[in-house]
Amino acid sequence: MDKLIISPAPHIHSGDSVSKNMTGVIIALVPALMVGFYFFGLGALIVTLTAVISCVLFEYLIQRFILKGENSVMDGSAALTGLLLAMNLPSNIPIWMVVIGSLVAIGIAKMSFGGLGNNPFNPALIGRVFLLISFPVEMTTWPKPVPFSLSYLDAETASTTLAILKGGHFGEIPSTLDLLFGNKGGSIGEISAIAILIGLAYLLIRKIIRWHIPVSILLTVFVFAGFLYLANPVAYPSPVVHLLTGGLLLGAVFMATDYVTSPMNPRGMWIYGIGIGIITILIRTFGAYPEGISFAILIMNGFTPLINAYIKPKRFGEKVKL
Amino acid sequence: MKTFRIGGIHPKDNKFSAGKKIQIAELPKQVAIPLSHYIGTPSEAVVKKGDLVKVGQLIGKANGFISANVHSSVSGKVAKIDVQLDATGYKRTAVFIDVEGDEWLETIDRSPKIKRECLLSKDEIINKIKDAGIVGLGGATFPAHVKLSPPPGKKADLLIINASECEPYLTCDHQLMLEKGEEIMVGISILMKALEVNKAVIGIENNKKDAIAHLSELAKTFQGIEIVPLQSRYPQGGEKQLIDALIRRQVPSGRLPIEVGTVVQNVGTTYAAYNAVQKNKPMIERVMTVTGKNAPNPGNYLVRLGTYLSAVVEQAGGIPEGTGKIVGGGPMMGRSLMNLNVPMAKGSSGVLFIREEEAVRKPIKNCIRCTKCVSVCPMGLEPFLLMNQSERNMWTEMEANRTMDCIECGSCSYTCPSNRPLLDYIRYGKSTVGSIIRNRK
Repeated sequence: MDKLIISPAPHIHSGDSVSKNMTGVIIALVPALMVGFYFFGLGALIVTLTAVISCVLFEYLIQRFILKGENSVMDGSAALTGLLLAMNLPSNIPIWMVVIGSLVAIGIAKMSFGGLGNNPFNPALIGRVFLLISFPVEMTTWPKPVPFSLSYLDAETASTTLAILKGGHFGEIPSTLDLLFGNKGGSIGEISAIAILIGLAYLLIRKIIRWHIPVSILLTVFVFAGFLYLANPVAYPSPVVHLLTGGLLLGAVFMATDYVTSPMNPRGMWIYGIGIGIITILIRTFGAYPEGISFAILIMNGFTPLINAYIKPKRFGEKVKL
Repeated sequence: MKTFRIGGIHPKDNKFSAGKKIQIAELPKQVAIPLSHYIGTPSEAVVKKGDLVKVGQLIGKANGFISANVHSSVSGKVAKIDVQLDATGYKRTAVFIDVEGDEWLETIDRSPKIKRECLLSKDEIINKIKDAGIVGLGGATFPAHVKLSPPPGKKADLLIINASECEPYLTCDHQLMLEKGEEIMVGISILMKALEVNKAVIGIENNKKDAIAHLSELAKTFQGIEIVPLQSRYPQGGEKQLIDALIRRQVPSGRLPIEVGTVVQNVGTTYAAYNAVQKNKPMIERVMTVTGKNAPNPGNYLVRLGTYLSAVVEQAGGIPEGTGKIVGGGPMMGRSLMNLNVPMAKGSSGVLFIREEEAVRKPIKNCIRCTKCVSVCPMGLEPFLLMNQSERNMWTEMEANRTMDCIECGSCSYTCPSNRPLLDYIRYGKSTVGSIIRNRK
């Protein structure tokens, strides 16, 4: 012992790190990813690998040659963005589109704001929405689920449950069991409700996210869709169908809970979650697009700074009026 | 099981010295007894160079309301009265005494016999505690008699004894409860009498099951004392958190526990109060823990005030290899020491060795807004926001965001995945905002 270190308290640290949290979310995505690989086979694998590799590569290149800062690629956030982007894409989308989506996600939505922690909008969702607006046909043609399929661009297509609803053919909705296990058309990561809920349980047990955002979104969707259903069961699908279809669960569990772009305390999280739930149902029911969760999350991302500024956590000693 | 309702963390408790018998530290050759402690006005020296003093003799007289008497912890000759660097890193006036023999004042009852009866009145008790220089031994060292004299119009209905010892590593209070349980219970009865309350609760974290069992057994023979096991969680020993955990009352911002009808005393303080009232023994020694992951011999030592920490550490086996930092106190709120040539003070609860690899802070990364600091803050604050405001000198905004409520427990810095020095900045902001508020008056 030559020199002693002098620093203010605390003198110990939990050992938590950014990469541990990012890895935790990636692990939580594994069940949903496995279901995606099972039903969409080779195509899902190609799209996922392309998205992850190109996101990591773009972040590395931007850090190295444009920002010239300390390289942050190893913290795992770029890989996570790539994975989340892939989860939101159909498995028969051409590779070059995936690369463009990754560039928009990492280059525009994340790095142009200064990298991890500074982006106002969820990068993976910006990537997805950019592709949806630019290539509406490719982004809304989903392959039919065929276990261990070896087809990629040539896959047979099927419509998603939400598209069926938009068309008003309630009779063709897949059974609730298929909705739960994922035997339906859709993006790679969104098809199985059970796989996503397993991921949610893992995130909550590891204390990577708090329960407020997913619960408030799902509850709002259930209540709002429930009202519509009770008002007119012929025109509107049941709230259970709303909960289990499209990207709602994937969005509520993995996209809306993104650290950087969501509010910082439980009260704010409730407002944010309720907002997402309402906007999602409004778009699904009255909008032009069959699915609204991506737009709903991005809109509420925009409100996050405002929510943080005005909604404060419950202070110690505060009298709660409720 | 009970615990406080907002925030909190679960650091690994690492209580290596738990169950180690209290050893009486060797009598030092020289002591430097500081005339001031962490809180309050320094006391005034009443001895001068060359004076002969006995153990227990008054050497520093309390100076003002929030101030405490200081007594000699040894017998011998006053060598000088001079400044001395203390464990808080400040230079303070201290009385240096060269030790000769171990002669105690005759008035002090040194027999081990436990005296349960106390026939003194409320005022007599408070005066004895005041004369004996008893301060809160949990770390804040607030004079005990001040807490026992609530301001006019305020009345306590409950005495709370803080035995949570939520700081990792430290075990001095735990061991004291095991070895001096009956004295502690008598001390609590005395404090109840001083406060005129007929109920006291002792909050003990359930990582000290033996202490809970021991005191619960003893409590059967004492009136109105209840032992409440608490779920282990940091910072349960914070006064406001402990009150919330035990009786579900939250002390409002900027107020004292008396506002919700209670007074909190540390369990070590009750033992000191027993000694003062029943044995006429002033505050001249205390138990401290010497510990660390690589400490050769973690243990609990009864040390005379003013003993240099180097002397205590030597008895515990010296500074272990690979030590990167030495902390006076616990790992969450203690202060790192420049060296061990600092005297033991009334608030010194431990010496902790931290290994080099743990002592070095990891590089700071961007805030990823994970909200973990908000979730763990026991005061319901937003540490990430306060740090940003402190960095940008936004004092008005810091005050509006209740920075003065911060109890500096360090849970935010402990938990941050980006290793951000949240508390460093908040502490800096707090001191600036504090002086702005004082100047306003």
